[in-house]
Amino acid sequence: MRPARNIALAAAASAVLVSSTARAETVVRIGAALSMTGPAAVYGVTQKAGILAAVDEVNRSGSLPGVKLEAVIDDDASTKEQGIALFQRFIHRDKVAVIIGPTLSNTATAADPLAQAARVPVVAVSNTAPKGITDIGDCIFRVSLTEAQVITPALARMQSRLGFKKAGILYGNDDAYTQAGYNVMRAALDEAKIAVVGTQTFAKPDQDYSAQLTALKSLSPDILMVSALAENAAGIVVQARQLGWKVPIWGGNGFNSPAFIKIAGPAAEGVYAGTAWNKSSTEQANQAFLKAMAARGVDPDQFCAQAYTGVLVVAEAVRLAGMKTGRDDIRAGLARVKDLETPLGRFTFEPNRDGTHAPALQEVKDGKFTIVP
Amino acid sequence: MGQQVLNGIFLGSIYALFALGYTLVFGVLDMLNLAHAAVFMLSAFVALTLVLRLHLGIAFALPLAVLSAALFGLILERVAFRPLRDRTDSNVAGLISSLAMATVFEAVALEVFGPNIARFPIGTLPDRQIAVLGGVVSVLKLGIIALALAIFLALTFLVRRTRLGRDLRAVAESPRAARIVGVDVDRVVAAAFAISSALGGAAGVLFALAFNAVSPDMGRSVELKGLSVIIVGGMGSMPGAVVAGFLLGVTEVFVVAYLGASWRDALSFAGLFVILVLRPRGLFGAASLREA
Repeated sequence: MRPARNIALAAAASAVLVSSTARAETVVRIGAALSMTGPAAVYGVTQKAGILAAVDEVNRSGSLPGVKLEAVIDDDASTKEQGIALFQRFIHRDKVAVIIGPTLSNTATAADPLAQAARVPVVAVSNTAPKGITDIGDCIFRVSLTEAQVITPALARMQSRLGFKKAGILYGNDDAYTQAGYNVMRAALDEAKIAVVGTQTFAKPDQDYSAQLTALKSLSPDILMVSALAENAAGIVVQARQLGWKVPIWGGNGFNSPAFIKIAGPAAEGVYAGTAWNKSSTEQANQAFLKAMAARGVDPDQFCAQAYTGVLVVAEAVRLAGMKTGRDDIRAGLARVKDLETPLGRFTFEPNRDGTHAPALQEVKDGKFTIVP
Repeated sequence: MGQQVLNGIFLGSIYALFALGYTLVFGVLDMLNLAHAAVFMLSAFVALTLVLRLHLGIAFALPLAVLSAALFGLILERVAFRPLRDRTDSNVAGLISSLAMATVFEAVALEVFGPNIARFPIGTLPDRQIAVLGGVVSVLKLGIIALALAIFLALTFLVRRTRLGRDLRAVAESPRAARIVGVDVDRVVAAAFAISSALGGAAGVLFALAFNAVSPDMGRSVELKGLSVIIVGGMGSMPGAVVAGFLLGVTEVFVVAYLGASWRDALSFAGLFVILVLRPRGLFGAASLREA
């Protein structure tokens, strides 16, 4: 027999094998509550792409013999009310085995307790609020790193590269999110033994930050740390550069938005931020993810990678549960996920059900966030 | 230190320009035009639209936007003030109707331009920096300060040396007496509104250029400050408005730098309160109340 025919035969045989298992396989239904409309719509759209791609990849790989994943995706409209309604539908009508989402922490605090009460496991893929997510109960797991989990290691990496010793901080003190970001930065700086030489604040409607920046600059810190939402962030960076600041600027999670670079333009060059996903990782799992997304014509971002990982984690839980697919089996499986190869890196659930993996450091170069090796 | 003074002078020049227009109408009519901040915002949008849609350079867009502001002023006068002027309670009525016009202007801007911050495209504004007074300042900001001073001088000349200026002062003194000696009061009042709004509009465009941000609610940030500037300066006094404008700008910057941004408005308005207690007519109020 010639080799080519050999392969063809083998392929035919495996096709028969697949179709025969297809008849016998159990379906694991994954309900995904994503914000596809409303203020968080930008995230929901890429999350959906990531989930669909991952479900296809898992089903095609045959890593779960006898089990088929199926995604039921719907819109939580970025609101608590719609999130609750959707969770109820997933739990009682669609009888899903596991829920991925919802996109926003705010929605999760309202909807996750329903799943906990019904003992349906939830895998959060984009909630970053430090408290009030996995604290809800033993059914709530989280793939997305909190801001503290990203900033502390990323800052340490940056310090080892640039060797700064004195930091100045500027943050918005009229917003819960930027205020929380400041608290995290402050703790990370203390941990890294970096002195804070000055702290200044602003309010969301402010346009002029020159007084704060001038005051900070006169204390000559080696790095400027900023906790701000994208619009303010861009104004701050532009004005800091106008005042002649050459020091690196570190931005909180609010900077991780294409809007920031677009508004700040060339002033954004040399701005650093932590990120949960290292897109230039050459690890096999990340390369497979990039290939899968490219095949679908999607330009993936951090949220896409986290959603994709959410599905991989569910598949791993099914495998660890010995291909059992009940809600309790999957919950027990999730708790045992350890060192799983994912696009985010080696992924493990801690005993508190928060996920851990190594975050990355990125820098704006030529108008794009680029991973700092 | 030098840098902070520069920051303050720059901020002050915007406040002064805005307050000049505010105080001009008050000086002539004894009426507050609460739509002044809305004109500030609208003309910034006009300038932005001219740059974005017609691809005009900012050197052309700025005067055109100021012209449009003058036009808004004429509309304001016609719609919100003239029909009420001969009533006995015209001060309060004008205040309320100008507030209504402000709401209308803001609603229009919200409808046409949306709630988000709009910006001039990168590269349309000069971004060179130069060193002055031990600090750095952008050419843009320096130009804004110079323009504000030039406008102030031109306005002083207009009020003190021209026919229109004389008529303005006459109407400020007594509209009835002015009419008796042959002054066309309606025309003079309309001119006052046009000039006042042009100043407010110029301030709006310059503010938008300096911070590269235009939004329907941008007037809010200067509305109350403009009011406190004209009160501190002495209602109706133009030199008072300019001095108080720069004073407020510099004070704000130093409060932010040494006490924190949260104290900025609290201390500025506490200062306003103290000045009102010590000098109820404001810094320049007694000397030039009728100057207009």
